[in-house]
Amino acid sequence: MSLQPLLLLSAALFCVGIYGVVSRRNAVGILLSVELMMNAVNINLVGFAHYHASHVGQVFAVFSIALTVAEVVVGLALVILLSRARKDIAVDSAEALRG
Amino acid sequence: MDPIAFGIVAACLLLAALFVVTSKNLVHAVLWLALTLATTAVLFVLLQAPFLAGIQILLYTGGVITLMLFGVMLTRRHERVFIENETAPRRRVPALLAASVLFGVIASATYRTPGLPAGPGRTVPADEIGRSFLGEHLLAFEVLSVLLLIAMIGAIVLARKADFGKEQSRVIPVRGEKAT
Repeated sequence: MSLQPLLLLSAALFCVGIYGVVSRRNAVGILLSVELMMNAVNINLVGFAHYHASHVGQVFAVFSIALTVAEVVVGLALVILLSRARKDIAVDSAEALRG
Repeated sequence: MDPIAFGIVAACLLLAALFVVTSKNLVHAVLWLALTLATTAVLFVLLQAPFLAGIQILLYTGGVITLMLFGVMLTRRHERVFIENETAPRRRVPALLAASVLFGVIASATYRTPGLPAGPGRTVPADEIGRSFLGEHLLAFEVLSVLLLIAMIGAIVLARKADFGKEQSRVIPVRGEKAT
């Protein structure tokens, strides 16, 4: 089996994630969609590692997973901060934060 | 990689991902994301990356999902498990447009790229990955650990209650509402 179906699958997942990021109103919903996109990236990395029979792609995927976790932690802290200040985490109501 | 197994896993993955972005209940969306991430671990096993499958289960399905559920529960006042998570109707069309255009671009690029035959396929043992972390990728590994430390400190500083020095954290006023 060739690599192409795998690349298409990861592209589809990434695009589903983009749809979520653009259409969601809830900040936690947006974070979930970002998770989907990062997951698609990891599938790509592991797919290429499999194709080249090399370990480097998997090492990269581990790095990417760690980065994602750090991003989720900071993102959730921001969302909690927003909810404490505003009692609402819909992103369009955060317009007051603008300069 | 077995095409039939790949097909089943891919269908599950896409279906669960679609439910993540369309589910009306935020708690359900998080649980669908858990299914997506667990199915990705299965895909990693199919791709002969058992170490990464373990990491995926441990970190994502174990850590991130728990964190997300906590985030959902902490940021909403609610009585039941239903937490609304509507998509904004006026953003649905542009979102669909952006997603499908990007998918079209990637798909056509993928099909125009010639010759990606079946990989030789080799299960990479965990010790090889570990040696690579402490060998050729040592600098990146150390930078990553510093980054994790920074993220941890940042999250604590951000989410901590501002209770010493000031009595109350400042409340940012909603449009048309007076500041308190």
